[in-house]
Amino acid sequence: MPTSRPAAAEAAAGQAVGASAPARGRPPRGRLTPYLFLAPALAVYGAFLLYPLARAVQFSFYDYDGLSVGTPVGLANYAAVLTDEGLRDAFGHALVLIGFFSLLPLLIGLVLAALLVRARVRGLPLFRTVVFLPQVIAMVVVAVAWRRIYAPDGTLNELLRAVGLDGLTRTWLGDYATALPAVGVIGTWYSTGLVTVLLMAGMARVPPELYEAASLDGAGPARQLRAITLPAVRPEIAVALTLTIIAALKTFDLVYVTTGGGPGTSTTVPSYEVYRRAFELGEVGAAAAVGVVLTVLVFGINLLVNRVADRQR
Amino acid sequence: MAPRGRRGASRTASRAVGLAAVTALALTACAPGSGADDDAGGAAPTGPVSTDVSGAGDVTLTVWDQEVRGGQDEQITQLNAAFEEANPNVTIERVSQSFDDLSTTLRLALTGDDAPDVVQTNNARATMGQFVASGQLVPLDAYADAYGWRDRYPESVLQYSTYSPDGTVFGEGSLYGLPQVGEVVGVYYSRSALEELGLQVPQTWADFEAALQTSADAGRTPLLLGDIEGWPAGHVLGVVQGAHVAPEEVQALGLGNEGASWTTPENVEALTELQSWQQQGWFNEGVNGTDYDAAWQQLADGQGVFLIAGSWLAPDLQEAMGEDAGFFAPPPADGGELATTGGTGIPFSITTAAEEPDVAAAYLDFLTSDDAMQVLADTGNLPVVDTASYAPEGGLLADVYTAFDEVSSGGALLPYLDYATPTMGDTLGQTLQGLLAGELDPDQAAEALEQDYADFTSSGG
Repeated sequence: MPTSRPAAAEAAAGQAVGASAPARGRPPRGRLTPYLFLAPALAVYGAFLLYPLARAVQFSFYDYDGLSVGTPVGLANYAAVLTDEGLRDAFGHALVLIGFFSLLPLLIGLVLAALLVRARVRGLPLFRTVVFLPQVIAMVVVAVAWRRIYAPDGTLNELLRAVGLDGLTRTWLGDYATALPAVGVIGTWYSTGLVTVLLMAGMARVPPELYEAASLDGAGPARQLRAITLPAVRPEIAVALTLTIIAALKTFDLVYVTTGGGPGTSTTVPSYEVYRRAFELGEVGAAAAVGVVLTVLVFGINLLVNRVADRQR
Repeated sequence: MAPRGRRGASRTASRAVGLAAVTALALTACAPGSGADDDAGGAAPTGPVSTDVSGAGDVTLTVWDQEVRGGQDEQITQLNAAFEEANPNVTIERVSQSFDDLSTTLRLALTGDDAPDVVQTNNARATMGQFVASGQLVPLDAYADAYGWRDRYPESVLQYSTYSPDGTVFGEGSLYGLPQVGEVVGVYYSRSALEELGLQVPQTWADFEAALQTSADAGRTPLLLGDIEGWPAGHVLGVVQGAHVAPEEVQALGLGNEGASWTTPENVEALTELQSWQQQGWFNEGVNGTDYDAAWQQLADGQGVFLIAGSWLAPDLQEAMGEDAGFFAPPPADGGELATTGGTGIPFSITTAAEEPDVAAAYLDFLTSDDAMQVLADTGNLPVVDTASYAPEGGLLADVYTAFDEVSSGGALLPYLDYATPTMGDTLGQTLQGLLAGELDPDQAAEALEQDYADFTSSGG
């Protein structure tokens, strides 16, 4: 009997030959061995991730204030998530932020990476470091700094006034029209470095001869990008999108520090609603439901991204 | 192909088993909150209370406070040491964290096995109200009688830590906490700016409006406000409301009790006046995008004339402006009563987990005694009891002490409007940002506030 034979097939074979089979099978502890190796990691993972996750799912079926005994309410919390206009807005804002956190950085990153990889710039490590720097800074620090930049007499407005564009100055974070894009731009600034560095790694793998051959065949830079670069960096694009979409959907600190969801409700996001419900309003059950929906959404979108990336490979 | 298909099938099967296991866990595990401490519910002291501490034996009192800033930390450290000295059998174990940290951890701490004995709980319905409703706090009425707390404090102050035992009525019922310090929202001003404009400290609301007009005409910014956080405008509205709406009405609205309405002509008038200040350009530019802290710093920099804000800014402004800073309680409208938003610092409460509530009550009494008030004044805090008698000779703090005393003993100390309902803080902030941005007209704003208030009161709290 080949040792590599699948366990299921083995079991089927065992059933087929009847009661004498176990004597010939491998000792049972052999099958447990992999799980023994897994156990320590699984225990930690289970205690700190799976168990809390399961509890959160459980809480989401209760009307629970974190203090007294919860009462089961079935799917009412989820129904509220779907019908609550404020929450729907919050999820809408999160989707807009994906544009700023993921898509825009991807476009900018493609151009930047192509330039940095192909145009043998002097001081490349320096550029790479500078572009990546926002990732190293804590988000709260980033948010505080940008709040200063966007302030009525902040850097951005002073810059505009200095070049005579007084008409364009506004209170970026306090204006209903500009608050969400203003927060989004911070996300773009934050994500672009990560995306660029990821894409550069992918592009560096492409042999230069390919580009040479393509240009000999008369392909311009745009054609080269579409025909050679893009297919080559598809896995990196998938990783970049996954990471940045997660960052966009779980945005909390950025909004908490810059606008607190305002003006009005124009920059509310789901994670902020989870916090607000659980810690400010004492609606732990409802908060858990929002959290679960957000988790499912994050999973869903990323599954989609990875499916698409896989299929086209 | 066959093995692959089978493996796929078995993977699906194991997934299904896992999912079923999680679901089973979720549905069969006992209800959240039904664990550890079922004994905590409403364990009000039934027997006679005692003011004797020395007879209690060796006691360790765990106290969770949020007195972390300079003068606050100083006063509580001094008072704790003095209490331990006066009662050698008591050890105080102090756990100190910022207001925000305390509010997020307290909920868990109270339900845990190792709950603290004395905690500082915010007066609002979302915190103290919920803790009362779930039986986490000891009603202090018996102790109030034993120690004479009701004589010590003005009723207008004590009502802010008073709830009905089920937590639905705020401002009436049993006493659940004692505050050390007072707070009052008033008007800061720059003495030199007033002098340049030839203005006096306004004595009536009409005088105040005229002073704003004069400042605007002279090309100065009459009022400073930083409202990016949303809540600061609520304090300005409280002041405007005090001049337009009867104090009883504001009490009911602010405490979230039945029988009032945001859509009365007087309330709409107050909202209209607030919006008109913005439309006339009486505020600094970009109110909704300006930091709260930036606004008072602008007053210190001489960029404005008046700033409507709470007494808690006094130490900072005193340091930044010195003799130039002044403060007055918002003047009453003609024939009206002196009324403005104010209240108390975060009160100290006794939890039902406290094993020696008598000792905890003695500690509360000590923290709010006359000697303690002197310590509070010496460390730059605003003592809540007999405030004026502790006032310093002159300067900004003297103004603030006087204003608080006038309002708390002679006028109406109106509740913070966001006390009303658990969601009112957000609703108020969002609505006033909308009002100031011109997205909402005063009627729409009044309706948004009314909806939050009415939803809450009609649901029985």
